[in-house]
Amino acid sequence: MSAFLAVVQRDLRLALRQGSDAALVVAFFVLAVVLFPFGVGPEPQLLARIAAGVVWVTALLAALLSLDRLFQLDYEDGSLEALALTPLSLEALVLAKCLAHWLTTGLPLVLAAPVLAALLQLEGEGYLPLVLAMGLGTPSLSLVGAVGAALTLGARRAGVLLSLLVLPLYIPVLIFGVAAVDQAVAGISILPHLSILAAFLLAALPLAPLAAAAALRSALE
Amino acid sequence: MHRFANPARFMRLSERLMPWCTAGAVGFLAVGFYLALFVAPPDYQQGEAVRIMFVHVPAAWMASFAYLFMAVASAVALIWRHPLADLAAQAAAPLGAGFTLICLVTGSLWGQPMWGTWWVWDARLTSVLVLFFLYLGYIALVHAFDDPTRGARAGAVLALVGAVNLPIIKFSVDWWNTLHQPASVFRIGGPTIDRAMLVPLLVMAVGFTLYFAALLMLRIRTAILESRLRAARLGEVEIGAETVAGPAQ
Repeated sequence: MSAFLAVVQRDLRLALRQGSDAALVVAFFVLAVVLFPFGVGPEPQLLARIAAGVVWVTALLAALLSLDRLFQLDYEDGSLEALALTPLSLEALVLAKCLAHWLTTGLPLVLAAPVLAALLQLEGEGYLPLVLAMGLGTPSLSLVGAVGAALTLGARRAGVLLSLLVLPLYIPVLIFGVAAVDQAVAGISILPHLSILAAFLLAALPLAPLAAAAALRSALE
Repeated sequence: MHRFANPARFMRLSERLMPWCTAGAVGFLAVGFYLALFVAPPDYQQGEAVRIMFVHVPAAWMASFAYLFMAVASAVALIWRHPLADLAAQAAAPLGAGFTLICLVTGSLWGQPMWGTWWVWDARLTSVLVLFFLYLGYIALVHAFDDPTRGARAGAVLALVGAVNLPIIKFSVDWWNTLHQPASVFRIGGPTIDRAMLVPLLVMAVGFTLYFAALLMLRIRTAILESRLRAARLGEVEIGAETVAGPAQ
């Protein structure tokens, strides 16, 4: 457990001292959302209708952009191999890195989402469901993304490849995340959609580290 | 199963099986197309457009089946490290992607006159589209590494991760209220489809399966021969290097 926390601490410290990474992801998130009113026109009804979808899609892309940070730097400077030699199992290592990744990118995205939703005129009933759904959904994004990031370590054109691998797997989170907000605005219970998002998270929590660790093992051979 | 993991044995076996599979595929597809296009009655609602289903449905089955095959082969490759299993998974991927594309295109062609639209975002269609992307991702990932074994290993993990999509495709029409019709052949309580349409459909399905088997064997054989060729060329280069280095010593 202490080794697990040490890895989380190390990644958090690295992210905070290098500083700009987490801020860049949020900046991308904000900028991409701000593009939409220019693209589709500033009518409040139209923006309110698409607000949940735009915020979710952009959050997905922002999370995708940050994935190469998960293992790539450690892989290049060799510290991933050192980490793999510690008594901490690779699965736990992946979990720790996902936790640190979520704290430095997923959480800022969740916090920024209501502000952006306000820019897009989201109806009042939608804010709490948006934050709840993103709170449940973004950890799944980090976990599934870790599988993709581990698989593409050392690949040619890893960035493009990563998006091809990970985005199809993000679709369920997107569907139910947006549906939760839409249902809330329509006055219907959001519990079913939040439950499905929670189920995704509970399934990804043990399975994604297994797959990512298998991928890391073949990358480190 | 371990008996068939030997490439030499596979080459001998497939050499004998392949003509039968090819002939069977041609025969079943010819009979199937005749039954589907001329014998089967037009549907009382869909009219003649129902004949698209005789291609669409087997292609959809094969799209899932090819992925299942790929996932099982990948699991075998990861667990027992049989090189043949890697080759089998990689050989199945483009075939499965092709079947998925056929399924999507024929479905779209059918949807235009029947639903009045080329495409709807319902659960079945979306999950099959995701399947298509999974195939593409797998193919891209396998070829993205300089070291082929690393690509094969990464692809195998991805194939297993993507297998979660298969039950979603199968049950999407039951879990969600979709525009796509629910299962009418593989369902509890037997098929609800009329015999006059079921028979051509099953003949086509057998034809598609044999076609897949024949192409799969052909692709695996090609891959084995390619790797032998590469090994032979490398051997030549080594011998050449020795003879060049020889007089200098």
